[in-house]
Amino acid sequence: MLADRDRIFTNVYGFQPWNLDAARARGDWDNTKALLELGNDKIIDVVKASGLRGRGGAGFPTGTKWSFMPKEPKAERPNFLVINADESEPGSCKDREIIRHDPHKLIEGALVAGFAMRARAAYIYIRGEYIREAETLFAAVAEAYAAGLIGKNACGSGYDFDVFVHRGAGAYICGEETAMLESLEGKKGQPRLKPPFPAGAGLYGCPTTVNNVESIAVAPTILRRGAEWFSSFGAENNRGTKLFQISGHVKKPCVVEEAMSISFRELIETHCGGIRGGWDNLLAVIPGGSSVPLVPAAQIIDAPMDFDGLKAVGSGLGTAAIIVMDKSTDIVRAISRISYFYKHESCGQCTPCREGTGWMWRVMERLRTGDADLSEIDMLQQVTKQVEGHSICALGDAAAWPIQGLIKHFRPELERRINERGGDLAPMQEAAE
Amino acid sequence: MADSVHIPDEAETRARWGSFKWNEENQRKANEILGRYPKGREQSASIPFLDLAQRQVGAETHTQGWLPVPVIEFVARAIGVPYMRVYEVATFYTMFNLAPVGRYHVQVCGTTPCMLAGSDDVLAACKNRGLVKGGTTPDGLFTLTEVECLGTCANAPMVQINDDNYEDLDYDRTIAVLEALANGQTPEPGSTIGRRASCPEGGPTSLRQMVDANHDYRGEWA
Repeated sequence: MLADRDRIFTNVYGFQPWNLDAARARGDWDNTKALLELGNDKIIDVVKASGLRGRGGAGFPTGTKWSFMPKEPKAERPNFLVINADESEPGSCKDREIIRHDPHKLIEGALVAGFAMRARAAYIYIRGEYIREAETLFAAVAEAYAAGLIGKNACGSGYDFDVFVHRGAGAYICGEETAMLESLEGKKGQPRLKPPFPAGAGLYGCPTTVNNVESIAVAPTILRRGAEWFSSFGAENNRGTKLFQISGHVKKPCVVEEAMSISFRELIETHCGGIRGGWDNLLAVIPGGSSVPLVPAAQIIDAPMDFDGLKAVGSGLGTAAIIVMDKSTDIVRAISRISYFYKHESCGQCTPCREGTGWMWRVMERLRTGDADLSEIDMLQQVTKQVEGHSICALGDAAAWPIQGLIKHFRPELERRINERGGDLAPMQEAAE
Repeated sequence: MADSVHIPDEAETRARWGSFKWNEENQRKANEILGRYPKGREQSASIPFLDLAQRQVGAETHTQGWLPVPVIEFVARAIGVPYMRVYEVATFYTMFNLAPVGRYHVQVCGTTPCMLAGSDDVLAACKNRGLVKGGTTPDGLFTLTEVECLGTCANAPMVQINDDNYEDLDYDRTIAVLEALANGQTPEPGSTIGRRASCPEGGPTSLRQMVDANHDYRGEWA
């Protein structure tokens, strides 16, 4: 188990106050000026050397991302840092704990990261439903301004840096980085075509980097303790500590920080009190939030919880949002409900996703009750392949993968339901919308 | 998003809301919001302004508020863009109510993590208490909506009522929350089983020193 002294988010459960005085007593904002004096490029080098990969799902190396920003921004085209706090992936609930219990880690991280990438300001885009969390964040930012930690001459460094909080209003798609920029500009959250990439033309057409809350909030601690410290956790290429979020059929669901590459079994035994009904009762696990394929019990139990380990079992780490399902689960309904989620959240811009998510959900609902023909399993599989890769953003892919995972691992269950229902029913005719 | 929406734009709506403008407190907030965005980028305030306007409508009607067409037009004028640019934002985001809602907007999460943890029971409790999905109770108290993941999965199942979450619910505790609200009380938000945030039930498995004191771990850094 990760030692308490090596945990970054020591107030993750909020037993202690979030405010500036309490945060300072825990070590935040401790001579931040000295961190900035390392210099822009040195900060980026340390973050690169630490092996930190983006914590929002895609796992792109954070330091490398920062290095894409222009080194000499123009006054009329400043660099921007946008922090993605639009935590909406089903299963994910870690950024909420950072924001409401350790907001100063995030704000200090915003300054350090923003300084490193020569940004003029950071916008923190927080999902609209995090109402109380946003209140805390607004208050924490105000505290930091009042103490001179951000704003003009931030921390006495001579660097001017603003931090603004922007609330969304309920749209999963705004967690996609270009949709987030559209939303920040006051428009519908519909993703942009790439290129141009945000580092070239992002918010207001200016160079922009979008990072997850956790990626930004760990940066000051990495700089204080060194790249070697951070990279001493986790397997090669999967370094560091990580907030894991465990929901579903464990005895004690929770959010907990652990070393990357911890085995699924150890994580659940150490922090969640085991699987409800014991390990023999485990059916399947969605290890990285709703958009990654499920993994059957036998393959997940001893898998390392990291990017490569979960890729090896045909899934992904995503945001480390672990949804555990025991044998009482109606697995088809569980995946069908995810299909409904994507139908609800498709922004409607690309036809394969707009029409495909609704189509896939309706077939999933018929498979749930067995009111389908055996050939429709393959037809559904083919439709997921036509949605996947044919939309501007990855929402289409995210809608396709859970269904592909279900068909791959639970085809006998789908066939059983159809056969029990009669098996030769003609497919129900239904218009597209 | 493909579901079509109907925003009432009748004569009585115009009569009631045609002269909508910020009250004094919200005028101050609106100025503060505009200060967050560069000059010439006032459109960025569309979402914060719609939220503020919905809250003002709510305060004036003792409900959770909604967005009548004249109010959307007001927001469009306030940020200097055509009505359609704000209308399409109002219809895109789920938190904007396009028709009146009750005093309590009960938003039950039904997405898979909550479903696994028993959101069916939460919805059943709402139903048996007389709430109807997509509708408001005849006394104007409760509007029920099934929403998608609200990011509280380690404390599932949950419901967001107005600005607060009620977490770790079951059938009986959902009924208790609704009864308390109906009786004019304000139940304590957060976990309904006394859990501390997303800490494992029964006490933390890590960082135990933080429970009683604001422990500084730096002295133990290698």
